[in-house]
Amino acid sequence: MVAISGEDIPVVHDDHDEKPRFFERWFYSTNHKDIGTLYLIFGIISGLVGGFLSFMMRLELMAPGIDIFTNEHTYLVFVSMHGLIMIFFMVMPALIGGFGNWFIPIMIGAPDMAFPRMNNLSFWLLPVAFICLMISFFVPGAAEGNGFGGSWVMYPPLSTTGSPGPAFDFIIIGLLAAGFSSIFGAINFITTILNMRAPGMTMHKMPLFAWSVLVTAFLLLLALPVLAAALFMLLTDRIEGGTAFFDPARGGDPQMFQHLFWFFGHPEVYIMILPAFGIVSHIISTFSKKPIFGYLGMAYAMVAIGVVGFVVWAHHMYTIGMDVNVKAYFVLATLVIAVPTGVKVFSWLATMWGGSIRFTVPMIWALGFIFLFVVGGVTGVMLANAGVDTYLHDTYYVVAHFHYVLSMGAVFGIFAAWYYWHGKMFGYHYSGFLSRLHFWLFFIGVNMIFFPQHFLGLNGMPRRYVDYPVEFEFWNQVSSWGAFVTLASVVVFFLVMAEAFLMRKKRKVGNNYWGEGATTLEWTISSPPPYHQFSVLPRIDGGDEDHAH
Amino acid sequence: MRALNAMLSTAGTGFLTLMSAGAAFAQDRQVGPTQDGWYLQEAATPVMEELTRVHDIVQVIITLIVIFVVGLMAYIMIRFRESKNPVPSKTSHNTLIEVIWTVVPVIILVIIAIPSMNLLYMQDRLPQTQMTVKVVGNTWNWLYSYPDYENVEEYVSNPLDETQSKQVGQPYLLATDAPLIVPINTKVKVLVTSVNNMHAWAVPSFGVKMDAVPGIINETWFEVFEEGTYYGQCSEICGINHYYMPIEVKAVSQAEFARFIAGGGEVEDKFAKLEGGAAVSAAND
Repeated sequence: MVAISGEDIPVVHDDHDEKPRFFERWFYSTNHKDIGTLYLIFGIISGLVGGFLSFMMRLELMAPGIDIFTNEHTYLVFVSMHGLIMIFFMVMPALIGGFGNWFIPIMIGAPDMAFPRMNNLSFWLLPVAFICLMISFFVPGAAEGNGFGGSWVMYPPLSTTGSPGPAFDFIIIGLLAAGFSSIFGAINFITTILNMRAPGMTMHKMPLFAWSVLVTAFLLLLALPVLAAALFMLLTDRIEGGTAFFDPARGGDPQMFQHLFWFFGHPEVYIMILPAFGIVSHIISTFSKKPIFGYLGMAYAMVAIGVVGFVVWAHHMYTIGMDVNVKAYFVLATLVIAVPTGVKVFSWLATMWGGSIRFTVPMIWALGFIFLFVVGGVTGVMLANAGVDTYLHDTYYVVAHFHYVLSMGAVFGIFAAWYYWHGKMFGYHYSGFLSRLHFWLFFIGVNMIFFPQHFLGLNGMPRRYVDYPVEFEFWNQVSSWGAFVTLASVVVFFLVMAEAFLMRKKRKVGNNYWGEGATTLEWTISSPPPYHQFSVLPRIDGGDEDHAH
Repeated sequence: MRALNAMLSTAGTGFLTLMSAGAAFAQDRQVGPTQDGWYLQEAATPVMEELTRVHDIVQVIITLIVIFVVGLMAYIMIRFRESKNPVPSKTSHNTLIEVIWTVVPVIILVIIAIPSMNLLYMQDRLPQTQMTVKVVGNTWNWLYSYPDYENVEEYVSNPLDETQSKQVGQPYLLATDAPLIVPINTKVKVLVTSVNNMHAWAVPSFGVKMDAVPGIINETWFEVFEEGTYYGQCSEICGINHYYMPIEVKAVSQAEFARFIAGGGEVEDKFAKLEGGAAVSAAND
């Protein structure tokens, strides 16, 4: 979408740059690309842990009866940790920390992030946080066993008097660390994007991925302090004779926690999906060999989603006993989100319209993203209706809905980005056959897991149940078979990485291995990029905005 | 959708037959999840009927949207693939189409919002109710009482374990030892609260789900059409036995309900007719 005339861009050969030695390079790192790589490795590891937890849950739910878990509390611990790990330690680090760090500076023509050392701090807070969460598995939680089993929403009193052990304290500390990591990251991205764009790159010429990360960073900056406050309140409430923010016996209000939590929690879901929107836009445009359709509409749709995302939080709480007029407001406000979301989906389709479409690996992931996001999005319209949600709230319908947009939406965005930028990041290509196999197994697997969960929810099966009446057996079984297919796809993903690494000498790629459709700045520099790029800033063509996109 | 409903209620009958076949003295129809079902549970109240209607409207609309988008995507993928269309167009603007795809969704949303609002206000605005029941969530059982009738004491509704459920011919993880008893064709106000963790009192076939929050009394209502046993499950995570605190509501004729109240809330012991019933019953108290 940004017109770059090749002649204007000074080709800088930074190959003489000296990389620090191993320990300095990876532990003291202030280089945005190295930090991006660290984030991606971290995301993969967390994804494996979180995926293992969910696989065990599916094994347990394969048949009625309690078969795998000897302690029902442990099942709830798995449920809770799966949610926390996948959100805070897999999706966010991969999309924002990983691809954001790697490509935001390059795409806007900057040499690095605005605060490289804070960037280092942002990353290293995460392993610390993750260790805290891991410790919580093995220390007493509730009376019934180790670990915290109050779900990722952490509602009191279950998370205060209901979970007296130190397990939840470790989670609070861990999430506070992860939250500060995200806040520092957000400050860094906002500063970088607002101040360090290459000469000539106005806001309206900025790549959509940069727009998406900018909006995400603002959401993080506004939402995470609220989570931090709520977590601190939980922490002091948990102290014997401490505060009573959420303790009704001493004048507190347990519902207030839910408001605070979801004031963070709803923007959080857009934090997870917006960067994927940005990435998918680039991929669709590249492989249709067309500029993105309705660039301004796309950028401001994301801004609109971000703004409206802050005023719809109570649609997660329709059954807590709110006033009916308040509910009516939240229904209408929530429905409004469908409009900018529709603009995005139709603009992607319009970008493809008239294009010359190549079905490369990243493209099929992006197309998969659009399909799954639409399916997940329309069930969101169903759930937005408070009346119908009375039935569906806290059933598997909700589980199906948010996994369609997150487990499949955001994760398809991550894999699309991975296969799009793989050559750029590592300098070599992967096997087309294996990566396509990965796509099809994953696509079939996740659909098999989550589509039947709509039926379970409609039939009334509640969430977070270790055992269920026999009426729910069949669709649970189908869902669990899907987990096996998905497991196979994860194995194939590791094969893709291993095979690509072994073949790295033979599959070297050039600067712009996707050809004419790839127009953003990362395609003007080598693959992998020099250790420090743009020591002479690139200049973006003048010309009016119409020309630019 | 009507055809769909008919088909699914047949599935529901299957469930009933199955249940009564194994029942020692299956007294009445039981309404809960259907075997391998993929649709809403049978509607037992006016609210649930309306909820089903709104669900069906939205379901039809969103299905059409998915079909439209997927169809369009498939068409584009075939029509504009590289081999078919080697030279891409450069179009990146069309104000008219952008206006259309903003305005049309707005219209669709308005179409959804109108019945949705009707349902919401019908569900939430309590009509002139004729009696009140109080539901208290406890870890991990339900306490039921009838504030209108002082002679009926609050009682505990515990889940039946697998063996007990089989004995009485009721589904495990849905059956309890003491159901909430309500009269049919009566508008019943439900007060819901909790004494410790949060719970949610949910009976899907009533279209009722209300969080039980300590320190707060929530209210909702229902009116059951037909006699029968209706099942629900706790729907807010409340700790280790979250899956094991089912809800059973028995709707009886108004005459029978009057007898129940007059008898001080004494209900027929489900185990009385079974051998060693008293022992099981006592162990369950």
